[in-house]
Amino acid sequence: MMTPNRALLVLPLLLFAVVAVFLVGNLGRPQQAVLKSAMVGKPVPQFALPGLDGGPGLSSRDLAGGAPALVNVFASWCLPCQVEAPHLATLARQGATLHGIAVRDGPADTRDFLAKHGNPFARVGIDRGGQMMLALGSTGVPETFVVDGRGIIRYQHLGDIKAVDVANLLRELERAR
Amino acid sequence: MRLLVAAVLALLPLAHGAAQQPTALEAPLGDARKEAAALALMRELRCLQCQNESIAESNAPQAEMMRRMVRERIAAGEDPKTVRDWFIERYGDWVTFMPPPGPETALLWATPVVLLGLGGLAALRLFRR
Amino acid sequence: MIPEIGHFALWLAAAAALVKALSLAGHGVERLAVAAALAQLLFVLSSFAALSWAFMVSDFSVQLVTTNSHTLKPALYKFTGVWANHEGSLLLWVLVLALAGAAVALAPATLGLRFRQRVLGVMGLVSLGFIAFLLLASNPFERSLPAPTEGQGLNPLLQDPGLAFHPPLLYIGYVGLSVAFAFAVAAMLEGNVGPRWAKAVRPWVLWAWSFLTVGVALGSYWAYYELGWGGWWFWDPVENAALMPWIAATALLHSVAVLARRDALRSWTLLLAVMAFSLSMLGTFIVRSGLLTSVHAFAVDPTRGLFLMALLALYVGGALGVYAWKAGSVPVGEGFEPVSREGALVANNLLLSCMLGVVFIGTLYPMALEGLTGKQISVGPPYFNATVVPLLLAMVVLMAIGPWLSWKQSGTAHLPARLLPAGVAAAAATVVALALFDVRATIALLGFAAAFWLGVASLQILLKQGLTYGVVGMALAHFGVAVAILGATASGALQREALVSMRVGDVVEMDGWQARLIDVRPVAGPNWTALQAELQISRHGAEMAILKPQSRTFTRPAMETTEAGLQAFWRGDMYAVLGKPDGFGRWQIHLWFKPLVRLIWAGAFLMALGGVVALAGRARVRLPKRERGWPGAFGPQPAE
Repeated sequence: MMTPNRALLVLPLLLFAVVAVFLVGNLGRPQQAVLKSAMVGKPVPQFALPGLDGGPGLSSRDLAGGAPALVNVFASWCLPCQVEAPHLATLARQGATLHGIAVRDGPADTRDFLAKHGNPFARVGIDRGGQMMLALGSTGVPETFVVDGRGIIRYQHLGDIKAVDVANLLRELERAR
Repeated sequence: MRLLVAAVLALLPLAHGAAQQPTALEAPLGDARKEAAALALMRELRCLQCQNESIAESNAPQAEMMRRMVRERIAAGEDPKTVRDWFIERYGDWVTFMPPPGPETALLWATPVVLLGLGGLAALRLFRR
Repeated sequence: MIPEIGHFALWLAAAAALVKALSLAGHGVERLAVAAALAQLLFVLSSFAALSWAFMVSDFSVQLVTTNSHTLKPALYKFTGVWANHEGSLLLWVLVLALAGAAVALAPATLGLRFRQRVLGVMGLVSLGFIAFLLLASNPFERSLPAPTEGQGLNPLLQDPGLAFHPPLLYIGYVGLSVAFAFAVAAMLEGNVGPRWAKAVRPWVLWAWSFLTVGVALGSYWAYYELGWGGWWFWDPVENAALMPWIAATALLHSVAVLARRDALRSWTLLLAVMAFSLSMLGTFIVRSGLLTSVHAFAVDPTRGLFLMALLALYVGGALGVYAWKAGSVPVGEGFEPVSREGALVANNLLLSCMLGVVFIGTLYPMALEGLTGKQISVGPPYFNATVVPLLLAMVVLMAIGPWLSWKQSGTAHLPARLLPAGVAAAAATVVALALFDVRATIALLGFAAAFWLGVASLQILLKQGLTYGVVGMALAHFGVAVAILGATASGALQREALVSMRVGDVVEMDGWQARLIDVRPVAGPNWTALQAELQISRHGAEMAILKPQSRTFTRPAMETTEAGLQAFWRGDMYAVLGKPDGFGRWQIHLWFKPLVRLIWAGAFLMALGGVVALAGRARVRLPKRERGWPGAFGPQPAE
């Protein structure tokens, strides 16, 4: 039997070099940025949610009505949702159509929340179990989706809307026409 | 003492950040085989709010929501694979711990076979006189 | 004052390590190697003592103590807090390195003084790098002035007696492999590898391997009873980072046996020795660099990661470079037939290496894929179980056969008779599992069969082949594997589970057990409050235990955990977790009965015990010394 081939002996060193370069290259890159929904670009799943106090709820048909709209997923127990309320009001004032989905909340708490922080929504759907979050591919509250006139999700904004995001969302709404 | 208990019990939902309204507690499916299939799927789906846990063992509220959905759909007769695909459609391949077979994971799945093959060849060279 | 002394001691330790390292260059410095090794130990020990003091008296002027401790902590956890963080655990790492170096310095130099100096030289080089990392990038003695009056607490998950033993044991194993690493590099530099080298290095490998086995097993056991989800292994990246050196060390152990007995597999054994410690260092890097998310990972910092990678490049790259340069000139050892003890050990190494490769690639693949294509995937238990378990089963089959084969060239005629009891036991186990316990899953049946196959075969070895330390050690270790597999299979396949909503007073029935919810009330501990449920567990009417699962809230840092209520019986563990209330007086209770689950860790303990027994045997065998100036040999080399 021959002594181990020179080429074979260098192999471990080469493999290590590859691994080392690769590991160093990945340093500083967060392994998992906040997870974006995979539903962007796909149609809103079919749903029909009841409304507050027997009022009109929100359904997927409302989102395919011809004009693009913002869908905001919120909850009364969510602090950032309270913080973003004024910015939602600004968006509504600037002509955007907003719909809300209240997740994992009872109607009483949702009503109180809207009374306290303002109601910028054209329609509000109540989702007690929170299944809409899963259906939309969302991972937390608040999140805001831009849905175009044909019911296709075009854009997802993660987290609360800050002042700087208002202009951005209006732009996305325009693009969704 | 009663006051203390009441106070703690009242504060608990806030501490968890969970829904204020009482919701039905989780319950296993009546059909044992379906429950087993549901559990198997739960062990494969990743908790999205945790650092590397499956929804079967996570305490996170979203994990509970996902577990509920898995049970509902399997109880309704859906195939576990369909349910998994439903989640993948919404969250991408990242949500499943079983890397989906495809061109990108071909190397991953081939690894054991390739290593055995290479190792076997190396071992054979040892024996060849 | 004392922290400053600790800091200064670390600088002195660096100097000692430097002297050790320089002995590689020769020029007379090597004569100081032994003294330097002992000095290094003294200095690092002082430094560690200083840091421990700072934690014990809660000296919050030391930043590390502030971020990781609290006056309310019980004394034991103040002490374990020393290594429950990045800087302190690295100091522990350096301490174990120093201990290993001192041990090598004090052990008889069976391969010659010059060789020992080279080994100490390599270890000094490694120590120097890590001490430099401590001093320059992770100073444990960093002051924070003005000193706060209270600390920020310790992660409550880590406040646990199991934590007291898990990292030190793990590190003794992890870092103990540095000795084998140094032995390999020194041997390559000298161009001298053979049975004498193998016999000299084997005790060190056994020592490190035994501790690593216990360390990994303890980590798994701790996760089982502390994390509250009933599992014991998740193929988490940090778990894998500890498993990989263990797999390499196991392969090394068997490869060294071939080298010692038959002078074969020289290059491969050298490579394994280098790889084992390299994987330890890689594991350290992975855990501390922020590359992978995990519940275990330390606080992240990419600049530290860069420093560690530089160390890795130096040591691993250096060693592999020496390998590429020198291993070609190591003359090849003897040959052997495929059907032989060596053949079986080669097959064992082959399967272990495949396992190692699979775990390695599986752990790093998501990162690689995301880096190259941006696509995010998750590789978890389904993948690892599907790939590792078949390899393990193949190994178990061979493990029962291997010890019956003779060296160099073995007949197989005697095998059927020898293995008949094992075969019968395996078949019987399978039938019992099918018929009595209604086990249907193929993998579970294979698990039972494999456990009994290996278990009976290992016991038989004790009866047939005589009782030397080495044989007993091997049989015990293999028997331990069988026991662990039995535990893993039984607790998985025969597990009973109940998920129920209970009011106080309700009873739930589970496979002959009854669990009655007696009470749910608040309780308080030193730095936590909790809601505790009391479950009365009875079997056929007789009370057996009271379980107290808790839903705990810690104050500093604010965190919630679930404490499982756990009771071990001979047949298995009863495991209860308290869930949420529904607001109407009902509580979610999750109950499991896990048959024989503790055999998993009992088996691991037996494996480590086998290693220690074999080690004891080595310690009694005296090898002749052939140093210059020493009065003659001590006797002929003992037969194997």
